Amino acid sequence: MIERLRNNEFLFFAFRNKRLRVGLFIVLFFLALTLVGPLLAKYDPSEYAAYGSHPPSAEYWFGTTTFGQDVFSQFVLGLRATFLVGMIGGGLGTLIGVVVGFTAGYNGGIIDEVLNILTNIVLVIPTLAILLIIAAYLNVRGIVAESIFIGCTAWPWAARAIRAQTFSLRTREFVDLSKLSGMKSGKIIFTEIAPNMMSYLVMTFILQFGGAILNAATLDFIGLGPTSTISLGLMMQYSVLWGALQLGQWWWFMPPGIAITAIVGAMYIMNVGLDEVFNPKLREM
Amino acid sequence: MSLSVQNLTVVYQTLHGDVRALEKASFSLKDGEIMGLAGESGCGKTTLGNSLILLAPPMRFVDGRVLLDNEELPIWDTDRMDPFRFKKISVIPQYAMNAMNPTRKIGQMTREILQARKIDPGHMMTEIKRRLDLVELPHKVLDMYPIELSGGMKQRMVMVLSTLLNPSLLIADEITSALDVSTQKAVAEMLVEFRRREFVKSMIVITHDMSILYQIADSIMIMYAGQLAEKASTEVIIHDPRHPYTKLLISSLPKVGVKVAEKRLTGIPGTPPMLLDPPIGCRFRDRCPVAFDKCTEVPPFIEVSEGHYVACWKES
Amino acid sequence: MLKLDGISKIYRVGTFGSKELRAVNNVSFDVHPGEVISLIGESGSGKSTIGKMILRLIAITSGKIFFGDQDITALKKSELKSYYRLVQGVFQDPFCSLNPIFKADRAFNIIHEEFYPDVKPKEWKGRVEKSLTDVGLNPPHVLGKFPHQLSGGQLQRFLIARALLLDIKFLVADEIISMLDASTRIDVLNLLADLKSRGLSILFITHDLSLGYYISERAVILYRGCVLEMGTTDKIFSNPLHPYTKMLMASVPRLDEKWGDVKVELRAKTQDYSTGCVFYDRCPVAEPACMSQPTLVEVESDHSVACIHFAGNFNSSG
Repeated sequence: MIERLRNNEFLFFAFRNKRLRVGLFIVLFFLALTLVGPLLAKYDPSEYAAYGSHPPSAEYWFGTTTFGQDVFSQFVLGLRATFLVGMIGGGLGTLIGVVVGFTAGYNGGIIDEVLNILTNIVLVIPTLAILLIIAAYLNVRGIVAESIFIGCTAWPWAARAIRAQTFSLRTREFVDLSKLSGMKSGKIIFTEIAPNMMSYLVMTFILQFGGAILNAATLDFIGLGPTSTISLGLMMQYSVLWGALQLGQWWWFMPPGIAITAIVGAMYIMNVGLDEVFNPKLREM
Repeated sequence: MSLSVQNLTVVYQTLHGDVRALEKASFSLKDGEIMGLAGESGCGKTTLGNSLILLAPPMRFVDGRVLLDNEELPIWDTDRMDPFRFKKISVIPQYAMNAMNPTRKIGQMTREILQARKIDPGHMMTEIKRRLDLVELPHKVLDMYPIELSGGMKQRMVMVLSTLLNPSLLIADEITSALDVSTQKAVAEMLVEFRRREFVKSMIVITHDMSILYQIADSIMIMYAGQLAEKASTEVIIHDPRHPYTKLLISSLPKVGVKVAEKRLTGIPGTPPMLLDPPIGCRFRDRCPVAFDKCTEVPPFIEVSEGHYVACWKES
Repeated sequence: MLKLDGISKIYRVGTFGSKELRAVNNVSFDVHPGEVISLIGESGSGKSTIGKMILRLIAITSGKIFFGDQDITALKKSELKSYYRLVQGVFQDPFCSLNPIFKADRAFNIIHEEFYPDVKPKEWKGRVEKSLTDVGLNPPHVLGKFPHQLSGGQLQRFLIARALLLDIKFLVADEIISMLDASTRIDVLNLLADLKSRGLSILFITHDLSLGYYISERAVILYRGCVLEMGTTDKIFSNPLHPYTKMLMASVPRLDEKWGDVKVELRAKTQDYSTGCVFYDRCPVAEPACMSQPTLVEVESDHSVACIHFAGNFNSSG
C-alpha cells in the first residue's frame, strides 16, 4: 500500500487548484449524465418517435432528428459509448505504453533498441488505412472492437514519455540501494520507480483517455465507427450526412459536439491542474 | 565603501506559517573588508546574502535598515532596488555557473546583460577582455556555449560578469563548493585579486568551508539558526573564538595532520532548531554546554573587544 | 580481502561510439581485512565508478575483482545476492538514497524480506534496534519517520545501520559525508573508525585529503582514471612524490597555514584521451618521455608512484 506522504498537503493543493476543480466538475457532470440520463430518456434512440425533425421542446428535450428520433435519448446513450471508449481505449493504450516504457527505460541496451523500433513502427503506421482494411473484413463492429483498435495504436506516445522518465529515475541512488538489497528488476520497477512517477502515470492516463475519445469521434465521423450502437461521433456524422447544417437543425449536431469538446477539454485542464498539484515548484503560494 | 546592517529581520512565507530565517541581524563592513559568512545549512547565511540584493517572495521583509555608503538601500522594494543592483551591489549566486542559458553563447549573454542595464556592450569590450585575461580565460570563451566550459571556467566567467561595473559590495554565495580543490584555490585567490585591483571594494563570502575563509577572508561572521553568533578577524575566530558554538565548530574540523587514532574530534550533539517556531532567546541554548537561565533572553550582539562581536551572555 | 586487478571502465562516446572514454584505466590495489583505505580524487577521477564496479552496479569492461578467493567479476546476476550479504555501499546523498515517498524503515523491511525471510518480526525488531544503537541513533527517534523528517547525519547513520544488519565484511563509503554539516561529519567519521576497530574493511571514497588522512591507514590517489600514487597515508602526506599529489596538497585550504605560492594550472574541459601520462598537460615537470604511460613503481616500502621521474633507472634529460 503506497503511503502518501504529505497527505494533507497533497489534498489541500488538489482541491485548491481551480483548474483541477473545474475540469473534474465538468467530467463528473457528464459522467453523472451517463448514469442518470438513460433513466430519463423516454425513447429508444433508434425509435421513430415523431414525424420529421422538431426543435427542442418539452416533449423532446433536445429535439428530434430528420427521422424523428429523440436526440436526447441518442445523446445520453452516445455519451455512455464515449466514456466506454475512453476507459477501454485509453486504458489499453496506457497499459501497453506502461509495459513497453518501463521495460525499455529500465533495461536499456538491446531491449531498449528493439522496443524503440517497435514503438516507432507503430507510431508511423497509417491507422486510417489499417482501419479501412479491417472495416472491409469485419461485418459488424462494436464499441469494444473500436476501443481495442484505438488502444493498440495510441500507446507509442505513452511509451515514449514513460521510457524517458524511467530512464532518469533508474540512475537514482535509491534504485542502486534496492539492487544492493537483492531486489529483482520487476519488483524494483513496480515498488520503487512507478510510485515516484505516479503523477506522470495519472497524467498519461488522462491524456490517453481524452485522446481515445477524440480518436473515436473522428473515426465515427468518417464512418469507420461501430455499426451496432450509437455514439456521439456517429450522431455528428449522421447529422452532417443528412444536411443538418444546411437545414439549421442545430439541436442535432451541437449537443454531441459540445459534449466531446467539453469532456476532452476538461480532461486536459485537469491535466494541467494535476501538474501543479504534483510538482511543488509550480504551486503559487 | 561602508555597509551597515541594522536589525535586519526576514521571514519565509510557507503553508504552515512564517519561517523566521533571519532575526535582528546587525553588523557592519568596512571599506575593502572581505568578510566570510559561515555557518551550517539552515543558519540563514544565504537568506542574509539574498535579502541584501533580491528580497523576493517567498521571502518577506519584516524590519531593519541597510545603509550602503550612507545611502539607505530600499531592499523591501525590488523595483527601487534595481538601479543599485549590478552597479553598487552585485551577487554571484549559488549554482550561478549552472544558471547560464545553455542555448546562448557567452558573449551574447554578456551583451544582453549589459543592454538590459542600458550600457553599450561595445564600450565595455576592452574592459571585458582585460578581465578575462586576469582570470586566465581565453577570449574565445565569448564564442562558446556554457556546456563547452568546465565548472571552474564557468565560475570565473560569472565572477567577471558580476563585477564588470565595479560594484562597491559583492556577495559571493558558495562559489567554491562545487569545484575541485585546485580550481577552488584559483577562484578564491581571484576574489582577493579583484579587491586588490579595486574591481570590488568589499565582499561578503558565504560558505560553510571555514578553511577557505581562513585563506582569504579578513574577518569571519558565524551564524546559527538565523541569529548572528560571533564576528571577529579571521585569526581570532579560528584560534581564539569566544562563542560556544564557534568553539565547538572549529574543534570539529579535521585538519591535515590529525589522525583518528591519535586524537578524536567531536561534533556537536543535537540538531539545529526548526525555525517555524523557534525557541525563545538564544537559539543555541539546547545544544550549548554552558547554557544557563539567562539564555532564554536573546543575547545582544555586542563588541567584547576591538572588532570582536559576540552574542552570548557568558561572554558579555 | 578485496583485490582489484587491472580494472578498467571504458565508455563509448561520440557519433556511433567511435571514441573511447576511459573513466577507469587499469587500476589495481587491494584492501586488507579490518583496514580503511581512502580513494582520493577530484571529479572525473573515476573514484565513484570504481566504487560502483566493486558493488557490481556498473559493468566492468576489463580486469578482475577478487573478494577473498572469489572472482566476483564472473558472478551472474542471480549469484549477486550472496555477494551483497558481505559487501554493501553507502552513497553521497542520503536523501536520494531512500525512496522519498516511503518511510525510511522500509529499507530495513526490504532487508528482512530479501535476506532473512525466516526471522520472526519480534526478533527482527530487536536486531534493528541493536543495529541502530550500534551506530549511535536512538530507535524511537528515527523509526517510523519519512526521510525528509530526519537530518542528513541521521540518515547516513541509518543507512550504515542497514548495511550492518547484513553482517557485512566490506563497506564502500562513497563521499558519505560531503553533504553533511561540519558538526555532524565528524560523528559519522568516528562511527566508521569504530566499525573498523571491530573488523570491518572500508573503502573510503573522498575528494577531501584531510578526511582521508584522519580516517585511513592507506590511500590511493586517482587522477582521470589512473592511479598516480599509492601507499600509507603517513608516507604520502609527509612525502608526496607525484607532481599531482604535491599540487593537491598545496591547494587544499588548511586551517593551520596559509596557501603558499604554488602555481596551479587550470585546463580546458575538453581533452582527448591521449597515450602517456594523464597528468601531462598540467604537470610542471613534464618531459617528452612522459608520453609513454608510466607504471606504478615502489619507491619505498608501502609507497608507490606512477611517474617517469621515479621509474627505476630513468635519467632526466636535463
